[in-house]
Amino acid sequence: MEAPTDQQLIDFVIHEARLIDQHRLDEWLDLFTDDGIYWMPLEWGQTDPKLTTSLMYEDKLLLTIRIERLKGKRTYSQKPKSRCHHVLQTPQIDKRDEANNEFVTWTAMHYIETRYDDQQLYAAWATHTLAVVDGKLRIKLKRVDLVNCDAAFGNIQLFM
Amino acid sequence: MTRYRGNADAVRSLVRETEVHRDVYIDDEVFALEMEHLFANTWIYVGHDSQVAKPGDYFGTTIGAQPVLMVRHTDNSVKVLHNRCPHKGTRITTDTCGNTGKFFRCPYHAWTFRTDGSLFFIPLRKGYENTGLETSHASEGISPVRHVRNYRGFVFAKLNDTGPDFEEFFGESLSSIDNMVDRSPTGRLEVAGGVLRYMHNCNWKMLVENQTDTTHPMVAHESSAGTAIEVWKKAPPGAKKPMAVEIYAPFMAPYEFFENMGIRVWPNGHGHTGVHHSIHSDYSAVPGYFESMAAAYGEERAKAILDENRHNTIYFPNLMVKGPIQLLRLFKPLAADKTLVESWTFRLVDAPDMLLERTLMYNRLINAPTSVVGHDDLEMYERAQEGLRVDANQWVNVQRLYDPSERRDATAVTNGTTEWQMRNQFRAWSKFMTLSM
Repeated sequence: MEAPTDQQLIDFVIHEARLIDQHRLDEWLDLFTDDGIYWMPLEWGQTDPKLTTSLMYEDKLLLTIRIERLKGKRTYSQKPKSRCHHVLQTPQIDKRDEANNEFVTWTAMHYIETRYDDQQLYAAWATHTLAVVDGKLRIKLKRVDLVNCDAAFGNIQLFM
Repeated sequence: MTRYRGNADAVRSLVRETEVHRDVYIDDEVFALEMEHLFANTWIYVGHDSQVAKPGDYFGTTIGAQPVLMVRHTDNSVKVLHNRCPHKGTRITTDTCGNTGKFFRCPYHAWTFRTDGSLFFIPLRKGYENTGLETSHASEGISPVRHVRNYRGFVFAKLNDTGPDFEEFFGESLSSIDNMVDRSPTGRLEVAGGVLRYMHNCNWKMLVENQTDTTHPMVAHESSAGTAIEVWKKAPPGAKKPMAVEIYAPFMAPYEFFENMGIRVWPNGHGHTGVHHSIHSDYSAVPGYFESMAAAYGEERAKAILDENRHNTIYFPNLMVKGPIQLLRLFKPLAADKTLVESWTFRLVDAPDMLLERTLMYNRLINAPTSVVGHDDLEMYERAQEGLRVDANQWVNVQRLYDPSERRDATAVTNGTTEWQMRNQFRAWSKFMTLSM
């Protein structure tokens, strides 16, 4: 792939959410670079992921543990399984830095997670920092900022 | 129907030697009585004084069901006030925390108070002339909680005049707070990193019991910690074990590990796991930390402080402290079937940042609403909250390693898989529930 077009960046972000909604989580994990990170800050406008607590700040190892756990026979919090649903606004291209192979998109979204009779709605903005690796777009950082990031939540078991 | 109000015998009958009646978890009246009696007769953790470092700094929280605020007074002492205006009841503070300067000003009618709660100013004061205001409740200002103790930065309060004084209530259990504070080369902690708030649809006591339940990790957390171990096995040979795996893996330690770690019980419902070792014993050393501890305390004392690896210390009724990783969890009761869990973390002043980084990683991997370990536990609590509706068996069993000669309100060290600490909590529950009935 040469430098991706805006439309290719938009399509990538939309496809990424679809993989989560369809529980294609191994394919989803492959979208991350080897040093890719999934980050859900705890604080409004958080800048430091390590000396400020986050809801999630996970590398591929931790994401792999989560995904393998979801398949486990003794993962009782997933009996029955949770389901989820994304509604995305059209991603906006915030940055195109072809020289440094860095592309940033910003996407407002609603995310729903359900289990049993419970259905929770979350509103968030996803910021994707993407790069072209071996001819394909990959995620260096997916940052999910919840509009109520500092609220008291019950279980959030899947990926936004 | 009133079954328990005004009936101390009925409340006592809920706790037997080796079992407790389900009403302690599911009954709304018992919950209301807990708020009125248990949470008023005992010393409840309010906050840490680093949250109110400067005069005028305040922090709003609750003791049981009641809103309070902790404030640094102009004389630098820490006060705990009932968070309502004496006029119409309006909550005084607007934000959870902030700085109010020298005075609190009620946002409704601008009644103004000093930071010890005393009334300073009422607009249009002449309207109260010759009305006897000076003998009213309102003239007292924002009522202070009378029994407040700042123990090495940890601020506790007791709402009722009944109940033991601070030292008598906590006794030797304060050694766990001591160890956490001593882990700073300067003997100081600061709240740091932000608080994780996790809503649980279960009774608060299920969470407290779980803190010293050492036969559940290898079962309930097989899904998370077990998976972490399996995933790490596929890492290339010689790869350095990451901090996250060091944190997850000990949850899968065998029964013998937990039996041998030991449990210590103290009077008044306090106790801790990890007398001899704990899941925190084998974390990698952080470069430079021991050196700064040895410089501050001398090598021998520094080693003694760091060799203490207590796992979870229960400060009855609703606080758990983890000294070795500078973390505490506060189990705030909201209803018989609803609990807000707050997980707070601390920076050891003048220790390397890496320690705080590990503490925060532990907190988000174990205590966050997004934590897989948290998901494992909450699933069990919610299933119990539902299962306890069964009428055929109305009792919860806390019998493991029970000995009929077991002394009440004793200090003892015993097998790490005992449920003595749970029995200890319920005996204290019965005592402090009925103390003021």
